[in-house]
Amino acid sequence: MKKPFVYVDNSATTKVSDSCFNAMLPYFKEKFGNPSSIYSIAHDAKLAVETARKKAADAIGALPEEIFFTSCGTESDNWAIKSGARLAMKKGKNHIITTNFEHHAVLHACQSLEEAGFEVTYLPVDSEGMITPEQVEEAITDKTALVTIMYANNEIGTILPISEIGAICKKKNVLFHTDAVQAVGHVEIDVHEQNIDMLSLSGHKICAPKGVGLLYVKKGVRLPNLLDGGAQERGLRGGTENVAYIVGLGQALEDASKDIYDRNKRLEYFRNKLTDGVLSKVPKVRVNGSLKHRLAGSVNFSFEGVEGESILLLLDGYGICASSGSACTSGSLDPSHVLLAIGLPHEIAHGSLRISLCDENTEEEIDYIIETIPKVISRLREMSPIWNE
Amino acid sequence: MAMEYSEKVMDHFMNPRNVGEIEDADGVGEVGNAKCGDIMKMYLKIEDDIIKDVKFKTFGCGSAIATSSIATEMIKGKHIEEAAKLTNKAVVEALEGLPKVKVHCSVLAEQAIKAALSDYYKRNGIDPEPILGKIPPAESCHIHD
Ligand SMILES: Cc1ncc(COP(=O)(O)O)c(C=O)c1O
Repeated sequence: MKKPFVYVDNSATTKVSDSCFNAMLPYFKEKFGNPSSIYSIAHDAKLAVETARKKAADAIGALPEEIFFTSCGTESDNWAIKSGARLAMKKGKNHIITTNFEHHAVLHACQSLEEAGFEVTYLPVDSEGMITPEQVEEAITDKTALVTIMYANNEIGTILPISEIGAICKKKNVLFHTDAVQAVGHVEIDVHEQNIDMLSLSGHKICAPKGVGLLYVKKGVRLPNLLDGGAQERGLRGGTENVAYIVGLGQALEDASKDIYDRNKRLEYFRNKLTDGVLSKVPKVRVNGSLKHRLAGSVNFSFEGVEGESILLLLDGYGICASSGSACTSGSLDPSHVLLAIGLPHEIAHGSLRISLCDENTEEEIDYIIETIPKVISRLREMSPIWNE
Repeated sequence: MAMEYSEKVMDHFMNPRNVGEIEDADGVGEVGNAKCGDIMKMYLKIEDDIIKDVKFKTFGCGSAIATSSIATEMIKGKHIEEAAKLTNKAVVEALEGLPKVKVHCSVLAEQAIKAALSDYYKRNGIDPEPILGKIPPAESCHIHD
């Protein structure tokens, strides 16, 4: 029998979709011109970039001139936060508000600003992995330059009250950035309606390739340049456009923003079946993060008495690809900052397992995972000196 | 898994040798702690200073399980004085290498054996320190090489 291959680590990255792949192909060997040149293959490339910009804008309720293509989500986050801080500094502001469970792209950008003299408030999330709009409101002072809060968390999948936070930032006249890398395709985003000033996206979480992303910057926000250079991206980010990948991102965003409701219904059904299956078959397991406000395809378990990397290795033996927030998988001595932020003790955080689904997953795969996880966990528990039934 | 684990590590992780407990063990040692994500517990059955049987239980990552497993193989049937000389380096070599960030697991394996031997010596009224040296307390996670 052929070994099954079940990919359920879509919060880490996704497979490029056929639709995206096919859209990209002509821009490698046929329409490979530089969009800044004059002849027709160059014009085709230019047109393709602008079409992608329009598709990206439509997907999040923005104007095309508010979309700036970047090389990844990390770049978008860094640009928004560091340039946003520089912008506010001119107005004598030096305070940034974020949360303590952001992606490292945001956390480390904030830390580098701290070293440069900024003051950063890291709002603590509660045990459900949520923050309240009131927490944000209370933290804003007349020195606050920027609020940067993720739309959805990459590890535990919780979705934060972005519209409410946007309204508060608007009222207080503070710049508001959100890292929506994990949210896009799962929540309806309308940046204008939601009073979002800047928003980061990444291609590889939505079936476009790795190495392309975008930053939406609201018209009127005069964000300092990221890359001084040519006139590309309205002169804010010089560098010849990554045409094929930009086309891919545009296509993926168009696909992702379609049928969100139906996608979520399907993923939720699978996710709930998986969650219920695991909870009913395995003792001493918990689900991390709010069950109510969460991405449809994402679930994060903690199994007592076992360690995450071991779980992943055994699952890999069964052809299942997932991830964990244990120290061993993060390559550091501590388990994931997200799991610690929601108050998990280290030993519980070490035993975490994240499963994140996509459109391609089937009910058979879900059944296979439900069947496999109990085997893996009991095998490791039999070996564990801290497990006793 | 793609990780930089050798085939030998994967073999010992997938098919660990000597897993379990020994009820009437002559020496038991436990090192590491749950906070760090690694705990190793070793059980020794000793007759005439020879390790007749050894079993382990480990909570930890793939290399923690693999180092425990191979360490038990390396001391089974050996004289206790020889077992006391097992180094983490020998464990790493026997496993055909470990990723650098995982070397501390081999240190833990060495210490687990020493802790079990130490328990055996103590039970027999022998001061283990001159023989085994000091076994560092386990509460720190920072035991990288
Ligand atoms: C929430 C979040 N922000 C930012 C990123 C970084 O995106 P990229 O890998 O494109 O740099 C990721 C992906 O790992 C993410 O999950």
